[in-house]
Amino acid sequence: MSESRSASAVTPEPLLRVHEICAGYGAIEALHGISLQVQSGEIVALIGANGAGKSSLLMSICANPPARKGKIFFAGQDITVLATHQIARLGVAHVPEGRRVFTYMTVAENLAMGLMALPEQANHGLLQAGGGADPEQIYHLFPRLRERAQQRAGTLSGGEQQMLAIGRALMSRPRLLLLDEPSLGLAPQIMGRIFATLRDIVKEGTTIFLVEQNANQALQLADRAYVLVNGRITLSGTGKELLASPEIRKAYLGGH
Amino acid sequence: MSSRVSRALRVAVVALLLFAPITGLVLSGYQLSIHWQRPLWLAAAVLVGYFTLSWLMQHLGWLDRFAASRSAVQPTATIGLSGPRPVWIGAAILFALLLPFVLGKYAVSVAILALIYLLLGLGLNIVVGLAGLLDLGFVAFYAVGAYTYALGYHYFHLSFWLALPLGALLAALFGMILGFPVLRLHGDYLAIVTLGFGEIIRLVLNNWVSVTGGPNGVSVPFPTLLGLEFNRKAKQGGVPIHEFFAVEYSSDHRSLFLYFLLLIVVALLILMVIRLKRMPIGRAWEALRENEVACRSLGIHHVTVKLSAFGLGAMVGGVGGVFFAALQGFVNPTSFTFFESAYILAIVVLGGMGSTTGVIGAALLLTVLPELLRDFSDYRVLSVGIAMVLMMVWRPRGLRQRRRPFFVIPAQDLPKAPVAVSQGVAEQ
Ligand SMILES: Nc1ncnc2c1ncn2[C@@H]1O[C@H](COP(=O)(O)OP(=O)(O)OP(=O)(O)O)[C@@H](O)[C@H]1O
Ligand SMILES: [Mg+2]
Repeated sequence: MSESRSASAVTPEPLLRVHEICAGYGAIEALHGISLQVQSGEIVALIGANGAGKSSLLMSICANPPARKGKIFFAGQDITVLATHQIARLGVAHVPEGRRVFTYMTVAENLAMGLMALPEQANHGLLQAGGGADPEQIYHLFPRLRERAQQRAGTLSGGEQQMLAIGRALMSRPRLLLLDEPSLGLAPQIMGRIFATLRDIVKEGTTIFLVEQNANQALQLADRAYVLVNGRITLSGTGKELLASPEIRKAYLGGH
Repeated sequence: MSSRVSRALRVAVVALLLFAPITGLVLSGYQLSIHWQRPLWLAAAVLVGYFTLSWLMQHLGWLDRFAASRSAVQPTATIGLSGPRPVWIGAAILFALLLPFVLGKYAVSVAILALIYLLLGLGLNIVVGLAGLLDLGFVAFYAVGAYTYALGYHYFHLSFWLALPLGALLAALFGMILGFPVLRLHGDYLAIVTLGFGEIIRLVLNNWVSVTGGPNGVSVPFPTLLGLEFNRKAKQGGVPIHEFFAVEYSSDHRSLFLYFLLLIVVALLILMVIRLKRMPIGRAWEALRENEVACRSLGIHHVTVKLSAFGLGAMVGGVGGVFFAALQGFVNPTSFTFFESAYILAIVVLGGMGSTTGVIGAALLLTVLPELLRDFSDYRVLSVGIAMVLMMVWRPRGLRQRRRPFFVIPAQDLPKAPVAVSQGVAEQ
């Protein structure tokens, strides 16, 4: 368990508490009563097969689509009633599946867009794109982005775009970072670097809830993890427990 | 070589199919006569023309130049949003200021029309070029502005100076009313709904005879300047401007007044658009056009961002409408057909979506050229079409591409070998 937890009170209110939510698209229900918690300072992973509803869960935490039943609490506040942009402004940064960078803007401009969530800082950030203190921190995490600061984001490689998408989300200094498959299409080596960087991000005070296909890496990285099957949570535990579980080994790790 | 011949032949066949009904069938009185030689001659001219042109292009190196301007990633390094050089801006301003005194009355009347279209083009450019929302009913807001002045004067004796902000506000309101239901629509669907909206406004103006005068239209007085009228004799209860300044009456004063007022409004608008592009809202438009999901995840409220684009664009259209009413002295629904929307859209597309300089150039081109080529006025629409086709071939992104900063590698970094992806981790 992380230090922040042992330091605080006996049963602290989790940073994110999802309580029996159902959500879906039109007639399709993708999530059937999901409950989970993410404590402040943790890395929590969500693994599951294609179409299990992992992306849908992250999206409905951001009210896109909103939950039909159940409640979602962020830092004790009921966010089920809020709209997507309002949730983002509370300090929940979502990196959607498939690196959605703004291809016509430069890297620096993309990073500046991350400040949009903070209205009072937005002006400042846009006028000095590439200058201010915050981009420097992102460049420190991902030095590659510094070299490419004036390059158009559309011309970055896939891995660089993923770094940019994460960096952009970090610009607003979110309390909770929701990552949807950061390893998508990345070489194992680059993925290892990004995962190592995620640990640094947590050290700087951001909590991470990530969705991963790559169960092995995700479970090694995560403090705790949940397994999602057809819109239901079937298993949960610490990363090590799940790595050792025969069920998981069979279903997600190829039975090695 | 042979491919060029076959391409030229194919082009000639298409030309034949196109020209045959247009030039081959001649209606004189009630008699239809067939002139089969004409289309053949035209097709032959196209064949030879295509062949020579493509040969010239290849052998004189024209092709390379066009190819270079077409590639998406340009090798030249640029930083910042580069506009035209100050010298050119200065020259343009000087020209605009001296135009009435150098080129005379006729030029001023053409220039006024050009400035109104420029205004409309810049307004639509906010919606289509910057926010990426395809609007085919822009003329609706133009009509709202024009009728605000016309009906406002008719019923409430509203002056031009009050109608100007009011028309802008009303048009912006209409823009948002339209924007609200279509927020969820994209691309083609949005285009069709906006097209319908434009027609609705025109049909209401046409058929609500008791209020709008229907097809008979409404007459509009000419604006006054600080209570001074531009008439020979005071009609609106003020003093004629030539008596106030003790000069000879001249009808030129009217067009000079409108011209310089429009010039000021257009200049202010251009400054506003340049500012907007660099402000968060401008970036939000651009970002929303590119990727709505990412925008929402960054806390951008897509509703307000889209509505602001619709509202601002419509507002500019409304201002254009008020000026149009003042210029014509009369409005009726026939000025606000779909053709006008299409023409304004042509200005935006021809100029290069999102590029202010491009839109200015295209607006001037599309209004001044038809005037210069009065004798060919039957071919006005045809020439716009041809200009579009030529542009799609050689300048697919418009006369002037929207410049964005890209690909700059500082010289001292160039020789460096490929760098490891993330060394920040090790430094921690
Ligand atoms: N916009 C949508 N409209 C309708 N159905 C959707 C939509 N998005 C997702 N679904 C459905 O919801 C279910 C869960 O999809 P989701 O994207 O959450 O899966 P996932 O676990 O993220 O899968 P993957 O690992 O492949 O990304 C799927 O059956 C999918 O078809
Ligand atoms: Mg997914």
